[in-house]
Amino acid sequence: MIRSKSFGSRLSYVIIWIVLLALTALCFVPMMNMVSISFSNSSAASANQVGLLPVHFNLNSYSLLLEDGQFWRSFLISIERVVIGTSLNLLLSVLMAYPLSKTTKQFAARNIYMNILIFTMLFSGGMIPLFLVVKGLGLMNTIWALILPGAVPIFDVILLMNFFKSVPESLEEAAMMDGASKLTILFKIYLPISVPALATIGLFAIVGHWNDYFSGLLYMNNPANYPLQTYIQQLNVDMTKITDPSQLKALASVSNKTLNAAKIVVSILPVLAVYPFLQKYFTTGLVIGSVKG
Amino acid sequence: MHKNKGRTGQLAYHFMMAPGMIFLIVFSFVPMLGIIMAFENYVPAQGIFGSKWVGLENFQYMLQIPDSWNILRNTVIIALGKIIFGTIVPIIFALLLNEVRLKWAKKTMQTIVYLPNFLSWAVVAAIVINVFDYTGPINNFLTGLGMHPIMFLASNHWFRKIMIGTDVWKNFGYGAIVYLAALTGIDPGLYEASAMDGANRFKQLLHVTLPGILPTIMLISALNLGNILNAGFDQIYALYNPIVYETGDVIDTYVYRVGLLGQQYSFATAIGLLKSVVSFVLLISANKLSIRFANMRIF
Repeated sequence: MIRSKSFGSRLSYVIIWIVLLALTALCFVPMMNMVSISFSNSSAASANQVGLLPVHFNLNSYSLLLEDGQFWRSFLISIERVVIGTSLNLLLSVLMAYPLSKTTKQFAARNIYMNILIFTMLFSGGMIPLFLVVKGLGLMNTIWALILPGAVPIFDVILLMNFFKSVPESLEEAAMMDGASKLTILFKIYLPISVPALATIGLFAIVGHWNDYFSGLLYMNNPANYPLQTYIQQLNVDMTKITDPSQLKALASVSNKTLNAAKIVVSILPVLAVYPFLQKYFTTGLVIGSVKG
Repeated sequence: MHKNKGRTGQLAYHFMMAPGMIFLIVFSFVPMLGIIMAFENYVPAQGIFGSKWVGLENFQYMLQIPDSWNILRNTVIIALGKIIFGTIVPIIFALLLNEVRLKWAKKTMQTIVYLPNFLSWAVVAAIVINVFDYTGPINNFLTGLGMHPIMFLASNHWFRKIMIGTDVWKNFGYGAIVYLAALTGIDPGLYEASAMDGANRFKQLLHVTLPGILPTIMLISALNLGNILNAGFDQIYALYNPIVYETGDVIDTYVYRVGLLGQQYSFATAIGLLKSVVSFVLLISANKLSIRFANMRIF
């Protein structure tokens, strides 16, 4: 690009930087503030003296957190959900995407299945009928209530299907000559090629399962079975339901703001751990997603 | 021999589809049957097939109560606000970021603004409550200016604005990456040619950059339009309270509160059904619009 060094262009460059830095700070500061609160002295935190950096740095809230049995129980439930849920999502997506990537000549019922999938993506019975089905199946208060209703991520199936379509047909024909079954072809030929696509879908599934708080609220009657984000959401409830300022002050002195902040920070750590990979694969995912079928 | 081989292939394909289809039947199609409840006075003990048929009574009741218009208005206002600002802010951010030549600065800023997108609404709600707290930083600033502190999250004047603002906050980094990807797809030759013709930076923006990302803008807007009746349940539920039901209650929160917590299953299913039908029509239209204007199929 051709760039002139006039005063006007320099001024616009300065304005661009100011706006960008302001927007970035707007994202960074509230998150950093939460981290700082968790490392601060609790009286400084409840008096709202903590800014960007911790006041009277200490690890008290984290040592308290280690003894919080319910927090770790919820943490484990979330881990369990992520592991089982993501594996199931990936397995079902792969199994469905492969036949759907075939032409109607190769797989006669392909379009019927495809239409069913698209219809399910666009139309639903709504929250209450689904709740009654889950309840009727006796899944309430089990981890399966969190996993099974979303077992088939239709959007991911379509994404993978488009990816599979780009695999050269000669590869499959060669394997067939060698007597490989469809399942062998899928797992020995298609999957190794699809690692970037699977990583994209998998990472997003991990974050989706980890971050969902509502199904925990919906399907768990007993707070002891809450996954982590539902547990975190319940911490907020005390804060939002209070409307009288004097009450709020009373709450601030009882509730441990630094401990809650520590819980929030620890609940973010797993997402931060996969974040670099997410960013790396995201562009790939975009490219795959834009190849429409 | 050849025919037989084809048939085994078919069977194998059906077997592969089967596990997923079973889940879809149980958790998507069976609930669709539950829609019958919307036309009944559903009593759990009597079940779907034993409960009394009331026809359109639930829908008539819906039209009579003032709550309906309230939640419809809130849903559309909040969703529209999110669509409008949630489109403008990421475009601006992406356009400005595109001008930055320092690679590491560009990458760092992108990483930071993308991060909130990966936090759950439970966590973001905690951050929002902290920032808008009665004795929090914003109110500290206001009192510093000599103004009275405001109970932001218990104010019908502020609630919808905060919902729109925090949604944009959480998601603009993600949107910006999408637009940045679209920007890199624009042919640099176009900029050189327009500069030859004497176009300044602003004119280049108007005649090269914006037309270049227009298909992406259209596609994303079309997708959002289909979601207009989903004003964001997770966010609103995590942040609202009885005082702001008047301005904050949207269709989904109402269905959950009245239907599940209040156990008015039939009435809430009727509202949910209306929402599903309208959303369905909107998504189909959005798909048509995006094929026509952006030449892209959503599904």
